Amino acid sequence: MARNREGLVLLLDVGPSMHHILPDVEKLCSMLVQKKLIYSKSDEVGVILFGTEETENELTKEVGGYEHVVVIQNIKVVDRDAVQTVKKLARGTVSGDFLDAIVVGMDMLIKKYGATNKGKKRMCLITDGLSPIKDPYEGSKEDQVHTIAGQFTKHGLKLECIVFRGNLPPDADEKIMAENDRILNLFPRETRAKIIHVESPTSLLGAIRTRNITPVTIFRGDLEITSELKIKVWVYKKTSEEKFPTLKKYSDKAPQFDKFAKHEVKVDYEYKSYDGSSKVVPPDQRIKGYQYGPHVVPISSDEWDAVKFKPEKGVKLLGFTDASNIMRYHYMKDVNIFIAEPGNMGATVAISALARAMKEMDKVAILRCAWRQGQRNVVIGVLTPNVSDSDIIPDSFYFNVLPFNEDIREFQFPSFGNLPTSLQPNEDQQKAADNFVMMLDLGPSDDHQEILSPDFTPNPVLERFYNCLDLKAQNPDAKVPPLDKTLKKITEPDPELFVRNKSVINAFRRHFEVKPNPKLKKSSRRFVREKPSGSDDEKEYNGISASTAADATDSKTAVKVEKIGNLTPVQDFEAMMSCRDSPEWVNKAIKDMSNKIYDLVEDSLNGDNYPKAMEMLMALRKGCIREQEPKQFNDFMRLLCGFCQKNDLQSFCDMLASEGLTLISKTEAADSDVSDEEARCFLVKKEPKTE
Amino acid sequence: MDMELDPDEVFRDDEDDAEAEYFRERASTKELAVYLIDASPKMFLTHSPSEKHMKDESHFHITMSCILSSLKTQIISRSYDEVAICFFNTREKKNLQDLNGVFVFNVGDRESLDRPTAKFIKELSQLEEKFAKEIGSQYGIVAGSRENSLYNALWVAQALLRKGSARTADKRILLFTNEDDPFGNIKGATKTDMTRTTQQRAKDAQDLGISIELFPLSEPHKEFDLSRFYADMIGIDDDGIAEFMSAIGAKFEDMEYELKRRMIKKRIVKTLTFTIANGLAIEVNTYALVRPTVPGSTVWLDSVTNQPLKIERSFICADTGALMEEPTKRFQTYQNMNVKFSVEELSEIKRVSTAQLRLLGFKPLNCLKDYHNLRPSTFIFPTDEEVLGSTLIFVALHRSMLRLNRFAVAFYGNPSHPQLVAIVAQDEVKVAGGQVEPPGMHIIYLPYADDIRPIEEFQMSPENPVPRASDEQIDKAAALMKRIDLKGFSITQLSNPALQRHYAVLQALALEEDELPETKDKTLPDEEGMSRPTVVNAIDQFKHSVYGDQYEARSSAGDDNMSEASKKRKASAGNAVKECENYNWAEMAESGKLTTLTVVELKYYLTAHNLPVSGKKEDLISRIKMHLRK
Repeated sequence: MARNREGLVLLLDVGPSMHHILPDVEKLCSMLVQKKLIYSKSDEVGVILFGTEETENELTKEVGGYEHVVVIQNIKVVDRDAVQTVKKLARGTVSGDFLDAIVVGMDMLIKKYGATNKGKKRMCLITDGLSPIKDPYEGSKEDQVHTIAGQFTKHGLKLECIVFRGNLPPDADEKIMAENDRILNLFPRETRAKIIHVESPTSLLGAIRTRNITPVTIFRGDLEITSELKIKVWVYKKTSEEKFPTLKKYSDKAPQFDKFAKHEVKVDYEYKSYDGSSKVVPPDQRIKGYQYGPHVVPISSDEWDAVKFKPEKGVKLLGFTDASNIMRYHYMKDVNIFIAEPGNMGATVAISALARAMKEMDKVAILRCAWRQGQRNVVIGVLTPNVSDSDIIPDSFYFNVLPFNEDIREFQFPSFGNLPTSLQPNEDQQKAADNFVMMLDLGPSDDHQEILSPDFTPNPVLERFYNCLDLKAQNPDAKVPPLDKTLKKITEPDPELFVRNKSVINAFRRHFEVKPNPKLKKSSRRFVREKPSGSDDEKEYNGISASTAADATDSKTAVKVEKIGNLTPVQDFEAMMSCRDSPEWVNKAIKDMSNKIYDLVEDSLNGDNYPKAMEMLMALRKGCIREQEPKQFNDFMRLLCGFCQKNDLQSFCDMLASEGLTLISKTEAADSDVSDEEARCFLVKKEPKTE
Repeated sequence: MDMELDPDEVFRDDEDDAEAEYFRERASTKELAVYLIDASPKMFLTHSPSEKHMKDESHFHITMSCILSSLKTQIISRSYDEVAICFFNTREKKNLQDLNGVFVFNVGDRESLDRPTAKFIKELSQLEEKFAKEIGSQYGIVAGSRENSLYNALWVAQALLRKGSARTADKRILLFTNEDDPFGNIKGATKTDMTRTTQQRAKDAQDLGISIELFPLSEPHKEFDLSRFYADMIGIDDDGIAEFMSAIGAKFEDMEYELKRRMIKKRIVKTLTFTIANGLAIEVNTYALVRPTVPGSTVWLDSVTNQPLKIERSFICADTGALMEEPTKRFQTYQNMNVKFSVEELSEIKRVSTAQLRLLGFKPLNCLKDYHNLRPSTFIFPTDEEVLGSTLIFVALHRSMLRLNRFAVAFYGNPSHPQLVAIVAQDEVKVAGGQVEPPGMHIIYLPYADDIRPIEEFQMSPENPVPRASDEQIDKAAALMKRIDLKGFSITQLSNPALQRHYAVLQALALEEDELPETKDKTLPDEEGMSRPTVVNAIDQFKHSVYGDQYEARSSAGDDNMSEASKKRKASAGNAVKECENYNWAEMAESGKLTTLTVVELKYYLTAHNLPVSGKKEDLISRIKMHLRK
């Protein structure tokens, strides 16, 4: 572990012009240290502030100069104190000199590690680059940079500079800024250094990779253009999602004062047969079964090994094709990068030639890859050129996995051109939309950087988690803090951008209207009128429906139909029947509907309610067949007809007979206990009686 | 039957479970489908589709091969769905209602509408040859008879679909025919009457929640005329006919492909509220158009009885060994402290957005880099079902984004995995054969800064500038690319060879066939094409321009390296054999003394016997024991 430990020195500008951004610098640095605490515990960190009133560093004691540079923490193994140190940075009073700070930091790193730890010594400078740097005692600034860079290279140091240039103060001196940028940009030309300019606090939080991951190749070998031309390449992951950490399950069973308790929970899986015996089947008596229709085909892993698909390791070119033949949305996974084998001139030039030709001709390459020997599958993917515009970075390729035929579902969707005119924007609406899309701009422009560029956007969930972790370490009862306001800019639109484009947004709002679909809204339009109960039968129905309603309302949203109203009973019924969240809805719908029909028939004056009742009864019948609830319908039919005959409402039964509305038969619903014959005769039989 | 799954898959991790939602579309309902296939003599007419297809193909044959390929996929990926195969216009009849001209195909003790079995598929694949003999083709609707085979077929299909509640099942009738005027032979009132009753029959079925999908098969020179009968039957208005027919594609060559595509049921994954600005929000449905297909599900069986096993999970406190309930707290070690979180707190941390999908702004398309990708995209299409105006706004934005070459940046507030996303408008792409790319938008999941690795910088060398290709070398590369050009490449041309192999083996084993089928790997490069003189020449020129005369020497130097590495390996193996002889392995295993050896010592045995040396010490010991027993 110690072999991989990193020595990092943070050089933080705390001069007056930095004050407004220091809270975010504190967040960035504490995140950096916190993650080291979890993922690289043996890393060592030192912290230097510059632009301070005071001066406190070894160089000033040894050789003088280097004023306003304070070492607030010497290089030491990370601990929680370091987190607290960077969480509360002193505000400086003078403008700082970043070159002085770099020299102090370099001195610390060299003194601490000497020639050891090569490539693992890093310096991180955060400044706004607004303050002038002093002229050196002898020679030019260029000479000074040259000397420093020489030391960097000699000792294997790396430099990362983050230059924050958002919301420039009115007195910012363009000349000084340009001069500082020029000086800083000398570094990458001479040694391993990187200069990053950021403009927003959000991208400041994303400007440093907070977790060091040593890159590992997933493939080293030949990119086979043909059997005659093989280019030596190394393949790495270019993107790989940093997952939310997997927390361990906590056990509180250990005695309270057991200092050595691990509190871990072991999860045990036992395989038992379904026959109820408690015997555990050991691993060598288990075999994997593969579902094939209703059959389960047992196949042991040895059997599989004998027959499975076994591709040879290798990366082969299938051919080149027009970039337009590959859809961007087909990219399946995280992305790989192909680089030439380091130090291999031929391969570097070959890749450079291919990448540049591909870019020129707008072509891509299709590859078939088996990364490792013994892999059970191959991937097909697309190589796209990544042409470098820097002299010191070689050209390379990005590689994206493409889907196979089996992975694509070609659903058909209606053409927008064929939509009815009411769903097509008119000229004014289209213009409003064009303006909206144009003005709500996050892209780069002459005077600002791209906003929310993935390369500089921190993960708000992880930031929040680590922040919360530190709070809870101090106070176990700490609540989850609200999302930091800098992070909110990732999850919510930037209020500034929206205010600036208020008129465009308002115009867009004016041209378009959304409203809830009235078909669904009917339910809420409906007014509640509880009919006083008439007969005993009704009481029973009401009782049941009331209780089912109570059961069901818990999980309801306001839009849902909760009862059948008088205005649109059929629609309400259908809506209720189609509620899929609980089977109770179907019961309730049938009960309520039956109730309503009963009321209607009972209240009918000279049959004025009959047509409506018929309509509802038909809907009820259909619903009961669809949901396979024949018994409820048949019982109700019998009850209703019995009631009609007793109460001199035979005319309703006649109407049913003439419409052919009868019991649900076995043919229509398997659960029915009524035969086709019986169903047909149900009403016919009664006719002669009344005639 | 609810099969237990492998714990590796189910309980892998809370995180992964939440993620499974993206990758595996869990069907909430099963599907019941009746394939209703016209078997009239007209379906058996052969058409020579074009010069290059010398084989004559009938509509019947095309239909059957489509259904077969769809069943083969279904048996693995959606094996709980049920199907029935029903022919109409047949000579023989076989159906519960005993109606004329309708034949329900089935095998063994399978129910008519049931999950497909290996045997069912196999016999169906052989049915075509013996169709004439066993089932027979015969027009069912002829003048002078009141018989109506189409009506009968619908009636039988509906009766088959009586099974199961509409609440939990998706019921479909898929009707394949090339007769656009089924009552063409009938005249006068009889025709009107039959048309009416058939349409009523269809409507009744639809009212019961059964969807009827028509697969019209056009003849080479005569397009299927929907307006003659079927438009009314399946309920398409005049505007819809053109849309419907254009979606089908009239070309005979594409018919098989188009049919297969249309047989797939469109599944909505989720409905999302897309917040645009200042409280304006529309509704969109999400679809998973690309997802990796994995070999079907597996279960653990008892190797003796072949009966499925259930998996019981128990939680054991590592400190006390006590059995416990599933713990509700999690912890993270942080500077020698255990920091505890409740499950609720963890989900609270992930709740960083109140909206489901919230627009943040727009960017030019060139801001979306090739490395801005993490996982398969999601397709969105507007719906007015709940919010009127959604489609209109979506279409307007879609057009603007296409015209201005911009994509939207939004935050997707998925509770388990919130993420920054790009939303890219996709214009509809149509060819003569039908829709190739549907209109809509694709959600592309963006990485964060910490997900992107600065690999290029590791290769940075400020001391010696990196070599670049010269113009001449680039020209040679371009010439080479022109020679190896895949014209009209489409990823749909390539099947996953591992998956094909898996399915083929499974099918053979399920049918208890002795011979395992050969599967062809179509993902291999075209060796023949690559060895054409023009290609070889272009390769040579490029090679010479880049490597000069160094290429051969270089690669052989590489071989030397290889052999050196293998020499080393060989040497260590030789050493292991020597060392291995110093121990009495059998005795040590017998007396349980293997545990006293170090891992290095154990590896002597494994290396000497050419066994894998991976795993923990216990694994090594059990591997040695296993080997000794043999």
